[in-house]
Amino acid sequence: MRHGRLAPLSFLVFPLGLYLVWVVYPTFASLALAFTNWDGISPTWEWVGLANFERLIKDRVFWMSLSNNLRWVAVFVTIPLALGLALALALNRNVRFDRFLKIAYYLPMVLAFVVIALVWSWIYHPRQGLINSTLFHVYGLAQSLGFDVNPAAARRIGWLGDPDLAMWSIIAAATWQHVGYVMILYLAGLKTVNTELLDAGQVDGATPWQLFRFVTFPQLAPVTTIVLVITVIQSLRAFDLVYVMTRGGPFNSSNVLANFMYIEAFLNYNMGYAAAIAVVLFLISVGFIAIYLYRVVQQEER
Amino acid sequence: MRRLVLILVWAGALLWLFPIAGAFVTSLRTQQDISAHGFWSVPREISFGNYATAWERGRVSRYLTNSFIITIPSIIGMLVLSSMSAYALIRFRFRLNRALYFTFVAGMLLPFQILMLPVFQLSNRLGLYDTHLALILFHTAFQLGFCTFVLRNFMRTIPMSLFESAVIDGAGEWTIYRRIGLPLILPAFAALATLEFTWVFNDYLWAIVLLSSDRLKPVTAGLSTLMGQFVNDWPLIVSGSLLAALPTLLVFFALQRYFIEGLTMGATKG
Repeated sequence: MRHGRLAPLSFLVFPLGLYLVWVVYPTFASLALAFTNWDGISPTWEWVGLANFERLIKDRVFWMSLSNNLRWVAVFVTIPLALGLALALALNRNVRFDRFLKIAYYLPMVLAFVVIALVWSWIYHPRQGLINSTLFHVYGLAQSLGFDVNPAAARRIGWLGDPDLAMWSIIAAATWQHVGYVMILYLAGLKTVNTELLDAGQVDGATPWQLFRFVTFPQLAPVTTIVLVITVIQSLRAFDLVYVMTRGGPFNSSNVLANFMYIEAFLNYNMGYAAAIAVVLFLISVGFIAIYLYRVVQQEER
Repeated sequence: MRRLVLILVWAGALLWLFPIAGAFVTSLRTQQDISAHGFWSVPREISFGNYATAWERGRVSRYLTNSFIITIPSIIGMLVLSSMSAYALIRFRFRLNRALYFTFVAGMLLPFQILMLPVFQLSNRLGLYDTHLALILFHTAFQLGFCTFVLRNFMRTIPMSLFESAVIDGAGEWTIYRRIGLPLILPAFAALATLEFTWVFNDYLWAIVLLSSDRLKPVTAGLSTLMGQFVNDWPLIVSGSLLAALPTLLVFFALQRYFIEGLTMGATKG
């Protein structure tokens, strides 16, 4: 306390004040709001206890949204992670034009989700979109080779219109965006890998796979933890792509909690109910935030 | 084996660029041309007409201006304030130091949805709803978590003796912060500013929660208006999207090193 109490206070008063008002207070206010029936407009509201949560458990849309979020997480912690890691390993060595290659994978990361949503809405468009136009010609080629396919069928695939496809189509666009990010983090992590161990392993005759499995990958563990946490948090936050591409439709088949919550709050004016959805999302995230904080604490003690 | 890996990496890179390249080609064509002949046809004519229409009739010029009006002050705000909080966390020992640091770190990982309704309510009560100021204040506050986290860890690498010698010379804490602290963290500022520019510029959720007037919307929210205005005119919608992406693309190409530094600083040193 050499400096007295005033010096730290004078530095903290503005940042902390702003943070308390716009981040800390709202977090707790949401928790309270989940136990009310506020509609967003009326000046008054009542405490309703657990009513919002009871309604949530019975709401089919809630379970559909939750299961879509879980699908999103499941895809996100596998495909972009594996691809990003593989690309980082491939590009960590001396490769010609590596700058160009890296930029190709980084680019989507710089784009706004709304931009990605619009560009991919075009890509998925049944008649004019990139995918179906390409398939049309592929089917045509196959037909001319004697296969029994109808090119016109290619134009009927509703990537965003078919309830069985919509969610996966959106997740695919999100994956396109996320791979570059995973790759960046692993590339940074690979710079810290001890090359002496790799050399020693090579001398002992280890195969490239063994070197990766027993030398490189274990050393990347801290990066993997961070990547996993951030990836899960990203999947839970997902809103823009869904809202712009499908609004959660058709028939809620591509709904996710964030979109469900936004619609309940701002289109249906069920603020209390929406807050309950946000609380569920928050509770799922808490575990992952805790993992991250635990890593930060470890770092502190080193 | 090596050759196969290279071929796959190249194929992947081209596949990754394909959506953007395809979008660009489409943006130069007309709706009639595309709907009559499909994407894989020789364009009848090439023109930047769609860009001009999106820029003026689609009001992308105004939306982009709004994006800058929101983004630039937010970045200045968060850098100034987080350098102060990071300085306090590094320089002073006080009881809640750790707790405060963890609060900032936890805040940067919160799902936005938990903040959404009270922030909306708050902006209404403060009379800030549907103003740029509401967005600027919120972005500044929310990003303080991440910025403080990054700057604090960056400052930890500065030898304390640098500060101590200034104390002996009789300088006050604010002087030390200004004369010694700030100049030393400039590299971190550059990385943070680049990264935050893309994040704030690309925000959509908060723009639709805190704004309702079309004339105030940033380009992300403006694009969804554009999509409704020119239903199914994909060349035009895609042109607008590419225009909207231009500032972040330019920043990325010009400051790529800082962008990547910022991302890895935030994640690997955590």
